Amino acid sequence: MTEHETLPMAKALNAGMRAAMERDEKVLMMGEDIGTLGGVFRITEHLKRDFGPNRVFDTPLAESGIIGTAIGLAMRGYRPVCEIQFDGFVYPGFDQITSQLAKFHARTQGDVSLPLVIRIPYGGHVGAIEHHMESPETYFAHTPGIRVVSPSTPNDAYWMIQQAIESDDPVVFLEPKSRYWPKGEVNLDEPSAPMVETRIARAGEHVTLIGFGAQTTMNLQAAQLAEDEGVSVEVLDLRSVSPIDWDPIFDSVRRTGRAVIAQEAPGNVSVGSELAATIAERCFYSLEAPVLRVSAYDVPFPPARLEKQYLPDVDRVLDAIDRTLDY
Amino acid sequence: MTVAREFASVLSPEGKLEPTEAFEPFADRLKQANDELWGTAFRQMKLVRAFDREGTNLQRQGQLALYVQLEGQEAAQIGSGLATRPQDTVFPSYREHGVGLVRGLDLVKILALLRGVTNSGWNPEEENNFRNYTLVIASQTLHATGYAMGQTLDGKVGTGNADEDEATIVYFGDGSTSQGDLNEALVFAKSYNTPEVFFLQNNHWAISVPVSVQSPVPLYRRADGFGIPSVQIDGNDVMAAWAVTGQFMDDARAGKGPSFIEALTYRMGAHTTSDDPTKYRTRDEEQHWRERDPIDRLEKYLRAQGTTDAFFSDIETEAADYASDIRRRTLALPNPEPLQMFNHAYAEPNQEIERQQMAFFDFEASLEEDA
Repeated sequence: MTEHETLPMAKALNAGMRAAMERDEKVLMMGEDIGTLGGVFRITEHLKRDFGPNRVFDTPLAESGIIGTAIGLAMRGYRPVCEIQFDGFVYPGFDQITSQLAKFHARTQGDVSLPLVIRIPYGGHVGAIEHHMESPETYFAHTPGIRVVSPSTPNDAYWMIQQAIESDDPVVFLEPKSRYWPKGEVNLDEPSAPMVETRIARAGEHVTLIGFGAQTTMNLQAAQLAEDEGVSVEVLDLRSVSPIDWDPIFDSVRRTGRAVIAQEAPGNVSVGSELAATIAERCFYSLEAPVLRVSAYDVPFPPARLEKQYLPDVDRVLDAIDRTLDY
Repeated sequence: MTVAREFASVLSPEGKLEPTEAFEPFADRLKQANDELWGTAFRQMKLVRAFDREGTNLQRQGQLALYVQLEGQEAAQIGSGLATRPQDTVFPSYREHGVGLVRGLDLVKILALLRGVTNSGWNPEEENNFRNYTLVIASQTLHATGYAMGQTLDGKVGTGNADEDEATIVYFGDGSTSQGDLNEALVFAKSYNTPEVFFLQNNHWAISVPVSVQSPVPLYRRADGFGIPSVQIDGNDVMAAWAVTGQFMDDARAGKGPSFIEALTYRMGAHTTSDDPTKYRTRDEEQHWRERDPIDRLEKYLRAQGTTDAFFSDIETEAADYASDIRRRTLALPNPEPLQMFNHAYAEPNQEIERQQMAFFDFEASLEEDA
């Protein structure tokens, strides 16, 4: 019999990392406050207790230091999993990620691979303060050599973190923090699809709605509301932001003839831009309407009391669906 | 120009053994050395200088995109390199051709990087743990620290087995000391008590910016703030570089943690062949350091010990042959296959890269058909 458990994403991630650590003793956890405290979101709770301080350790407060030393550990044969405490704190480590981590495999012609995971709690909808609600995926998606993924469900979180750890490529693993606490069913036996694949989260006929991370949940809500109005929306969950698994996207858009992209990040030169451009290029003769994007505005993340206006909400997604159907 | 006498030095510019007070804690190590070791050091310094001049010539003749000169820093590099053991790991910056030579790296591989036929050039596993050059300054200090953390986790430190205990040495310049990464590396090194030697080659100029603009305090004293023992050495004294590095590497392997060496030396040439030091420094300053040339002073010492003319002339011949062999093999380096740029962007399959590789292939093939 298949073992299922109902878990919040936070616990699913913890269980996934525990499974990865049990399987491979080279897997290490490192980051700020991840040991005794278990991380500010408790994602690494009890791992230090159970695996010891040599495998789960608190680092000094220095993001470049965390990622740079993790690179050295990976060179030594370890598989470090680094936690960056919040999205807006990853930038001090940006040089190590983009100049070093991303490029080593290519520049050494495959001699040195760096199987390293950088976990980043990211995104809004949690009412936090400055630097605590950002969506930095585009910076990393633009850089060849690293993979950028984001789960939207506890089941995907459980499996994708294990796949990220097992990957020989460096992976930026974006954890949608607004999805940490809602529970969902996790199938502990049957792996979800490989993290590189786009998932059809809901089948539909009239419009293809594309997103990832926490946005997928909102997109599913929008699809449900649209159905009440007689509109059938197909919801795609990217899971892998870089590289993007294109074929399921092209297949869907060719069927529906319409595409709407929704994301938490600002729209300028973003993952949504890439989706819109590529869909226009590859599905031109199937499109019944322009590809529309719904995103945050191109301004710094505003004070939390304005995040409802700043981030895409269900109404803005529904509005875009209506507009694309008007053509 | 005055040089602080607080540094550890033993071999005077006149080639005489004149240990300074700061050298005393390391003086005993010289008993482990003999004239054969210094003969080896001399030979390697001569070879790498010949390599250096050939590299400069090759760049001037348009055969290299860039060359990074090391002349003047041979003693710091050869001395410290000779103090490492085979099981140790070396993290260079981008000027450590001398250390590479000591570790057994075929230096043509450095010129392959500078000629633009590769971004890296060698597999450290096959080159006696001499890691790849790092061009973004101070980045490698963190990699080294993480690697040294791994040596500890692997149980390769402090076991008392001198043939298996490992340490890491990381090289960087005075410019790197201004970078956040080096400071973070020192914090991490002390936090995790890494088996590591931080080897600063203070060659006095970060391209055109003198050390005095970056630090009013001698750089080795910064280590104090991290709780890391440090020594300033005469970086043009191969004996001091060997003895002090050897002591600290032994300490690191024994589990005594990280240490910091500041080797005061001088880059006689330019920062790279793109640079023009005549714009920012004086001939007097260069002359001051020319008189402290690391190779000349060891030659004076060896001659005083009775080393024969034949020894020196043999090395002269060998160095000339070495340089011409380097030239020949550099010019013979093949260009990389264009399709290979797609091959290693990712370690695992990536459909999009494969599609782009195919598109490239088809496009190139179409050009051939058109021709």
